Amino acid sequence: MSVENPRPGGAVTSDKPDAETPARLRDFSFRYRAQSEPTLRGIDLTVRRGEKIAIVGPSGCGKSTLLGALNGLVPHVHAGEASGSIEVFGTDPAAAPIIETSRRVGTVLQDSSGQFVGLTVAEDVAFSLENQQVPHAQMPGRVAGAARAAGIADHLDASPQQLSGGQKQRVAIAGVLVDDVEMLLFDEPLAMLDPAAGRAAVELIDDLHREQGRTIIVVEHRLEDLLHRPLDRIVLMDEGRIVADLPPDELLASPLLREHGIRPPLHVEALRLAGAPVTADQHPADLPRMELSSAQREAVRTWVESATPGQSRHTATAAQPTSHDALPALDLEHVGAILRRPGASADVRALRGVTARIRRGEMLGVIGSNGAGKSTLARVISGFEKATEGVVRIGGADAASWPLAEHGAHVGFVLQEPGQMLSQPLLEEEIRLGLRARGLDAEEIERRTARVLEVTDLRPMRSWPVSALSHGQRKRLSIACVLALEPEILILDEPTAGQDFAHYSEFMDFLARIHAEGTTIVLITHDMHLALEYTDRVLVISGGELLADTDPAAVLTDEFLAERADLVVTGLFTLARRCGIPDPIALVHRFVAADRAERALPTASGEDAR
Amino acid sequence: MTAPLLEYVERPGLLHTLTGTAKLVLTIAMVLAAMISFDVRFLAALGVLSLIGWALSRVRLRDLATVLWIILTFMALNNLLIFVFAPGYGSELLGARHVVVQGPGRWDLTQEQLFYQLAVTLKYFAMLPAVLLFVATTRPPEFASSLHRIGVPYKVAFAVSLALRFIPDIQREMRTISQAQQARGLDISRKVGLVTRVRNVVSTLMPLLLGSLDRIETVSSAMELRGFGRGRHRTWYDVKPMRLRDWSTILGALAVVAASIVMVVVDGGRYWNPFEA
Amino acid sequence: MSPRISPVTRVVAIGIGAALFFVLGRFLAIPTPIPNTTINLQYAVLAVFAVLYGPLVGVLAGLIGHVLVDATGFGMWPTWETGSAVFALIVGLVMLHNHVREGEFPRPTLVRFVLAVVVANAVTWVLWAPIGDVLIMGEPASKVFTQGVIAFVVNSVTAAVLGGIILGIYARSRTRTGSLTLDR
Ligand SMILES: Nc1ncnc2c1ncn2[C@@H]1O[C@H](COP(=O)(O)OP(=O)(O)OP(=O)(O)O)[C@@H](O)[C@H]1O
Ligand SMILES: Nc1ncnc2c1ncn2[C@@H]1O[C@H](COP(=O)(O)OP(=O)(O)OP(=O)(O)O)[C@@H](O)[C@H]1O
Ligand SMILES: [Mg+2]
Ligand SMILES: [Mg+2]
Repeated sequence: MSVENPRPGGAVTSDKPDAETPARLRDFSFRYRAQSEPTLRGIDLTVRRGEKIAIVGPSGCGKSTLLGALNGLVPHVHAGEASGSIEVFGTDPAAAPIIETSRRVGTVLQDSSGQFVGLTVAEDVAFSLENQQVPHAQMPGRVAGAARAAGIADHLDASPQQLSGGQKQRVAIAGVLVDDVEMLLFDEPLAMLDPAAGRAAVELIDDLHREQGRTIIVVEHRLEDLLHRPLDRIVLMDEGRIVADLPPDELLASPLLREHGIRPPLHVEALRLAGAPVTADQHPADLPRMELSSAQREAVRTWVESATPGQSRHTATAAQPTSHDALPALDLEHVGAILRRPGASADVRALRGVTARIRRGEMLGVIGSNGAGKSTLARVISGFEKATEGVVRIGGADAASWPLAEHGAHVGFVLQEPGQMLSQPLLEEEIRLGLRARGLDAEEIERRTARVLEVTDLRPMRSWPVSALSHGQRKRLSIACVLALEPEILILDEPTAGQDFAHYSEFMDFLARIHAEGTTIVLITHDMHLALEYTDRVLVISGGELLADTDPAAVLTDEFLAERADLVVTGLFTLARRCGIPDPIALVHRFVAADRAERALPTASGEDAR
Repeated sequence: MTAPLLEYVERPGLLHTLTGTAKLVLTIAMVLAAMISFDVRFLAALGVLSLIGWALSRVRLRDLATVLWIILTFMALNNLLIFVFAPGYGSELLGARHVVVQGPGRWDLTQEQLFYQLAVTLKYFAMLPAVLLFVATTRPPEFASSLHRIGVPYKVAFAVSLALRFIPDIQREMRTISQAQQARGLDISRKVGLVTRVRNVVSTLMPLLLGSLDRIETVSSAMELRGFGRGRHRTWYDVKPMRLRDWSTILGALAVVAASIVMVVVDGGRYWNPFEA
Repeated sequence: MSPRISPVTRVVAIGIGAALFFVLGRFLAIPTPIPNTTINLQYAVLAVFAVLYGPLVGVLAGLIGHVLVDATGFGMWPTWETGSAVFALIVGLVMLHNHVREGEFPRPTLVRFVLAVVVANAVTWVLWAPIGDVLIMGEPASKVFTQGVIAFVVNSVTAAVLGGIILGIYARSRTRTGSLTLDR
């Protein structure tokens, strides 16, 4: 089915309620009860039947709030004041019960583990059917169908604890697919997924759109991954307003994304930095088919060749020689971990024979597919999980018998899930908690608190309760709490998940800075570009085993490794191929250097100083 | 903070093939009957019935080892306490006194006391295996639909299912939170004094609670978005059709309750008293 | 002011309250020198749920949670399981019409809470459970009343102190209408 969608803004919209239009907002504003300022301001947006729209914008700009307004959570669950008009299929979701709206609008919420309400996958997928009193006999067929479409049919009997983050995401999608809803809302469906699973999810969403003609709205920070399949429009939000609503090609060719702190896809950025920016009519949104003029190819080639040798390598590798002879910060010898599962199900061997040595002052990446064992490795190093085999040495000493507090004194660990770290009602108290436990004096506590609030850009909200923070803001708070402790070794589990580019680069640059001062940093990430840009070395984990311990660039060029670790090459690789550059890594390094120069990085100067 | 002591045992036996509904009715009947009667013969018969159920279910002793150990300790302690507090209660109840062993003060051991304490113990043992057996042979997803079928409102039945769904999550979360707090320097080991420890326990409990209260919001939003509470009724994915053996089980269950009432009438009270002349 | 608690939220509160009761009751029991008696954190949490979500949620969360604890470990002891429900019922009833959810936990509410907890514990552990034990389980009165009084004292102190602290922190984490601004 291929319906030609009318262009937005072109059509004349009438004022009559229209049961056929999925969503129409006119000058819509919303203020949360607790807030003094509105979170959404003067939103004008019309979504037509069969459209596929992406919403992007900085963390905390109101994307989830906007989806909430469409499905009725705002104001039914999150109370507040609205003004202007909103219509979803011709009715105001604020006036109708949520249940009425949910007949036509399906939502996959930002936190997919909170969406899982069944004891098994099958039961969870069937949940909506049960509520509609679908006869028992019809359920297995419909559940199996939806599970197949979402690619989770093999796990129908699994309980939520047995699934990885990515699999839970699929269950959530299957749960809305069983219903014949007309519009689907996805709130950051890719945040937890590895690159390959992310692609699969994008393809699944696209199938729903093309084959079943459903209207789709996706909120996502990973714009480049989302563009793997075509979009009709991209809505750019900032501070509660819609600042652009354009077809992807036009938006990518404009400077708007960068102006609002969103990173455009890497190939678009590379062309701009090379001095040969794309135009909208070259279709930059679809990289494989993007038209490139020979002048642009030539410009990229000369740009890459112009790299000075000193520029090609980026991070503070300079720190290495000095620390070479010192004791390693971390020394893992044949580390294995067996996780006990309650009851009848077999225990899980989450790690097996991992041997690695991490030098003092190194910045190391850990990559691998969903469920590979990355978080488990971090938990073992931080003492949250006992290594059932092998030895973990921290600063040369066997850490097996250390109490957790001793681990904590050496290793700062930012958990993947911020909710598990936050315990205080107010944001500032959360940061001070650990500092007080360390017995620091008031002045020092103030100094450190102020510093991390600045770095994580939470200063404007410092007196807020934690419950009023958006997802990305919570994650930044959990990072701030650990940064404040100034540990020698810092492990961050997916620090950039759900972050916009401006915040991401702000604290990544801070990490690079403290790394230059000597902190050892371990980054667990699904973002290959992050690994390429900031780390000197990556550990590739697959099925609990260490697959490789190598240069990040080497991982991407090694097909076997990339496949085993579910990695997907970034747009820069495709661009290199299309420009006839034999060594894509050279392009990546050139890109990173130019990107940094543009942002005038402090690390760059720090590096030169050595 | 280990696994639950007892849970569903995946080793299909006869009891596994019954519907949860039938087993639930039987369990309730056994508990009710054991509550009503105090006739040792009847209680012993109920105990034997449970043992037969165990044999049919292919649940192994090993599956229940921890639980049985706890129960035995508990029973021993309870018996001891009863004797300490009321060594003459048996005689009082049964109207006779045959001393077996002379004890210090009023703590003489009498036949009547032994008989009475046997009854209390048997009562407990008649009540308990049925419940354990139900848990060991019924898949948790079937709990809720079974409760709904015997007349519990579906919202309450679903709340039971939610409780089972979130127990493992909360357990793991409790562990992680306590670790994250300890890693940040809050000591809850035995090294620190009681007051500090209590304070630090609160700082573990707080995030668990605040997190749970937050979770109530998200989960209920998610459920509402998927139409929970839409109708007056609800169907269930995990439900087995009632067959002949289920109806016979229910009939048997009713007979058990009836028997307990009959015993009360026959004995002229809840106790059967062999000491009465 | 704040919206009424929706029925779906109540259902979830029952489920998660019961799960918390189970986890705390099973894994966080701090033993006391008196046999069969532990410091029970779960009653503090149950009291908090009864305050925040009302008596009905409290009753069902206590009942379901306690039955789950017992059914997976100790078998059944009906008078104690229903005791948890009675406790939550009384706390919930005495605390009706509080404004803790809106962030208000003034001294009078705290006093009412302490009172509610003490009364509820008295009724549950000095009346309901022992009388039930005598009538149904045929236990001797002197034993069960002694146990009941000890449970009353221990549970009153833990539930009042811990519950009070929890409600205080919770109230502070709730924000008043229109109070949040960005300090730039
Ligand atoms: N329940 C709430 N009460 C008060 N303020 C809230 C509430 N939820 C969100 N906010 C505020 O509203 C703003 C927008 O939040 P929202 O969750 O919509 O952001 P978002 O764009 O989805 O961000 P993210 O990408 O981090 O998920 C944030 O500044 C947040 O602090
Ligand atoms: N508490 C647990 N009990 C049992 N199994 C677990 C537990 N936690 C994780 N697992 C299993 O261990 C394996 C490794 O999990 P881990 O969380 O380390 O993966 P990961 O590499 O961090 O994945 P992701 O990228 O999705 O975060 C997975 O198969 C998972 O199902
Ligand atoms: Mg959001
Ligand atoms: Mg992980």
